[in-house]
Amino acid sequence: MAAAAAGAGSGAWAAQEKQFPPALLSFFIYNPRFGPREGEEENKILFYHPNEVEKNEKIRNVGLCEAIVQFTRTFSPSKPAKSLHTQKNRQFFNEPEENFWMVMVVRNPIIEKQSKDGKPIIEYQEEELLDKVYSSVLQQCYSMYKLFNGTFLKAMEDGGVKLLKERLEKFFHRYLQTLHLQSCDLLDIFGGISFFPLDKMTYLKIQSFINRMEESLNIVKYTAFLYNDQLIWSGLEQDDMRILYKYLTTSLFPRHIEPELAGRDSPIRAEMPGNLQHYGRFLTGPLNLNDPDAKCRFPKIFVNTDDTYEELHLIVYKAMSAAVCFMIDASNQPTLDFCRRLDSIVGPQLTVLASDICEQFNINKRMSGSEKEPQFKFIYFNHMNLAEKSTVHMRKTPSVSLTSVHPDLMKILGDINSDFTRVDEDEEIIVKAMSDYWVVGKKSDRRELYVILNQKNANLIEVNEEVKKLCATQFNNIFFLD
Amino acid sequence: MGEEDYYLELCERPVQFEKANPVNCVFFDEANKQVFAVRSGGATGVVVKGPDDRNPISFRMDDKGEVKCIKFSLENKILAVQRTSKTVVLPEKRSLKLLKSHNLNVNWYMYCPESAVILLSTTVLENVLQPFHFRAGTMSKLPKFEIELPAAPKSTKPSLSERDIAMATIYGQLYVLFLRHHSRTSNSTGAEVVLYHLPREGACKKMHILKLNRTGKFALNVVDNLVVVHHQDTETSVIFDLKLRGEFDGSVTFHHPVLPARSIQPYQIPIAGPAAVTSQSPVPCKLYSSSWIVFQPDIIISASQGYLWNLQVKLEPIVNLLPDKGRLMDFLLQRKECKMVILSVCSQMLSESDRASLPVIATVFDKLNHEYKKYLDAEQSYAMAVEAGQSRSSPLLKRPVRTQAVLDQSDVYTHVLSAFVEKKEMPHKFVIAVLMEYIRSLNQFQIAVQHYLHELVIKTLVQHNLFYMLHQFLQYHVLSDSKPLACLLLSLESFYPPAHQLSLDMLKRLSTANDEIVEVLLSKHQVLAALRFIRGIGGHDNISARKFLDAAKQTEDNMLFYTIFRFFEQRNQRLRGSPNFTPGEHCEEHVAFFKQIFGDQALMRPTTF
Repeated sequence: MAAAAAGAGSGAWAAQEKQFPPALLSFFIYNPRFGPREGEEENKILFYHPNEVEKNEKIRNVGLCEAIVQFTRTFSPSKPAKSLHTQKNRQFFNEPEENFWMVMVVRNPIIEKQSKDGKPIIEYQEEELLDKVYSSVLQQCYSMYKLFNGTFLKAMEDGGVKLLKERLEKFFHRYLQTLHLQSCDLLDIFGGISFFPLDKMTYLKIQSFINRMEESLNIVKYTAFLYNDQLIWSGLEQDDMRILYKYLTTSLFPRHIEPELAGRDSPIRAEMPGNLQHYGRFLTGPLNLNDPDAKCRFPKIFVNTDDTYEELHLIVYKAMSAAVCFMIDASNQPTLDFCRRLDSIVGPQLTVLASDICEQFNINKRMSGSEKEPQFKFIYFNHMNLAEKSTVHMRKTPSVSLTSVHPDLMKILGDINSDFTRVDEDEEIIVKAMSDYWVVGKKSDRRELYVILNQKNANLIEVNEEVKKLCATQFNNIFFLD
Repeated sequence: MGEEDYYLELCERPVQFEKANPVNCVFFDEANKQVFAVRSGGATGVVVKGPDDRNPISFRMDDKGEVKCIKFSLENKILAVQRTSKTVVLPEKRSLKLLKSHNLNVNWYMYCPESAVILLSTTVLENVLQPFHFRAGTMSKLPKFEIELPAAPKSTKPSLSERDIAMATIYGQLYVLFLRHHSRTSNSTGAEVVLYHLPREGACKKMHILKLNRTGKFALNVVDNLVVVHHQDTETSVIFDLKLRGEFDGSVTFHHPVLPARSIQPYQIPIAGPAAVTSQSPVPCKLYSSSWIVFQPDIIISASQGYLWNLQVKLEPIVNLLPDKGRLMDFLLQRKECKMVILSVCSQMLSESDRASLPVIATVFDKLNHEYKKYLDAEQSYAMAVEAGQSRSSPLLKRPVRTQAVLDQSDVYTHVLSAFVEKKEMPHKFVIAVLMEYIRSLNQFQIAVQHYLHELVIKTLVQHNLFYMLHQFLQYHVLSDSKPLACLLLSLESFYPPAHQLSLDMLKRLSTANDEIVEVLLSKHQVLAALRFIRGIGGHDNISARKFLDAAKQTEDNMLFYTIFRFFEQRNQRLRGSPNFTPGEHCEEHVAFFKQIFGDQALMRPTTF
């Protein structure tokens, strides 16, 4: 679809312009209660990026945010300001826990033009960024922190401000580098989960496998199963799975793609006596089970933080395209023996299961004939189960999420989504974009569907018919009003 | 050895006859299974008793010397008595006709009444057996075969003894069973029973070898398709099941005893009749006595005590003797009276104390469903054949028999699962895993899962607030769509809001539940959505205007009411040429309401051409 990508560009100007995508200017976390008196303002600041900024400026910026939030609260006590638009940047505010504020400042995209006298003219594109997209990114920052560190409050209880600061520093120092603000879009708003399509029988086999593994490795509390980076089963609750899924698919799995392709870490381990041939290996934890000094350290995660507040070890084990996450209570420290046992039990079975899934998937694909690329680009999201499907996005990589359509179209999708958020009722919005594109947004019950059509000279009625057809073929098994 | 350990028993109500003694001779007829007690050569009476007839036949006949053999024909019509080795007497005058003759040198013969096959022992070693098959008044010669005799010391002449041969039908197939005694020259560890399969057509073939691992005196019975081998020296018996997996060496399958050797359950001789008054306690019966005579398939006669028993297999004790549940199931599923025992095995493996592992539970379910599926398939092909009208042309077409081994979903639900899910002490993870395993197994055998099983899963998940799990199961259609299930989901909406969407999706997929969809939407005040839906499927000409107008009015949204009202006016116009509602539609109240809000002039005018 190279033509599609080029078609929406702004043509002749492109060569003389330089574009700069949105970028992170600063990111800070503060609690106004920690330094309420004059002269103690610095105490409020729990984390500040970039750290090199001079102290007084930090204090000033934090103070400004505090003031804006306080000021807007007088107009809307329950919903204070979420963002502040300025010519050069946008600030996003989020209060994930009481009195703990997270602020993210994003520089607007810039177009640098050559003026006639050769001097560069910088133009800030004030209207480009979508509030909902970046607010969601900010919320995700908190969720990701919480997944690996627990709540701010818990850190305060465990070791006071000092510990909280340490944890924030340790986590965000690395995490902020992985934010790719230039490629954030509608999918960040949804924070959805892509489910792997599967027939009932294979699904039941996976269920059976999971239940057996939980039984024989009796300390496993929760299990999640993924294939091809798509979710098949989650023993975790939906919200916890949502962020874990994000971590797995955008961070852990991509880091392991390269060794997999090189074939280095997937040996057929026949050398161990009694060990059936299999392709299983740990993505977290010990690298080499034959090394008696191998470290069995697994990342800790925190789930159900609203009620039971559980701390777990996250064991991720993979064979071919199938990945299983075993989560065990943090009070059980997995030993090397346990890891070896897991490897010997799970490895062979998961290897067989992975090839079963692959085979079944290919059969189903052939039968349903869905090998053919659908002629439409669409994004589907269901708020109820967080199911997400996109033919707009190519494969996610850790650095960028590649889309096959022009950013302008993505922005229209975001705008339609904002419109949907304003009302509760089902609705449909059809937009004629520049060039030949039509963009259709549909909302039915708690589902949203966005379709991008590239049909020359199509009229509104024809576009409506096309979308109806798409619903009838792609979504015939759900109740989708037309 | 606890009493529950004995897995063989003598039947409770044996056939009782007068003990054999110098004046009373006892004969047994294998064909009619009758015992003849001939007192004083018949002069003081002959009493004939069969296993089924509780009224013995008694008569007298003249004592014309020692009776060698005495038998009734089928249905007790003709009596035959043999007094010398060459004459048979029929007390009434009858003539016999020679139908067919073969010339053979016969050492001995053996007749199997169930299969109507006679075996004749020929040759010097007596080990070449010539079978004949009687059928509808004809006698057909089957291919003869040789029994391999064990190597014997040179001093003794080997020969095949009649005592070491038996014939029995096992799993519908006729076998010649040869008890091959341990020979000191070979390396074998004990005696063996060699089974030769004697097919209706074709040659006899050595198929199975039962390893006895002991020596001494043996006797054979066949009970419930099991070969029972009694060993007199140890006073124990072992059983073999040809259908259980053995070791196949390319031509013959070797079997080992299914269970450890056990004695037949001790038996008390019941005191009946006037004798009960005099003697106090029942007398224990001597088992494996040297006076026992064993007949096929399951008969044991003690002539000295005057009893004829049928040997029986007790299944309950076997449950604890066979720890391998898969093998246990294979064994039980082949037994006649297996249903309740199998159900109790299932309940036991799901109990707190004897809980089996999931792979074992899965194996058991798979074995049950394998049998269940076989029956369903047979039923289906029978039904199809009947429908195609083949029943008249093919007399072989028989309705499949439902044996006790067919345990359907309702059996498992009623006797096992419904009680199991109620157990409070069971971890819910295990409960759900078991239910899913059963559903997996049914699906694997392509058996449609009954709604009540799905309901059980939902109930369990809801009880433990595992709604997200439920959601995922529904997402992958593990719980099959049905109207009752959709209604159940609707009822869960207040606990779990997404249940509403799940329910609507399911109703949509059913494609026979459009009325229900409309009702659900109207109940949610989604009047426009309901109307659009019904229009989308082309049902809008038949819906009740009043129902929609009622729902629209309830929303207190005047514009919505207007829209709905206008829609029906247009429908009236299109269907009847006038926008007015007919009295039968009972919409007067809504027309009045419309006028009140929007005024008379807002009503649609009839278009006239």
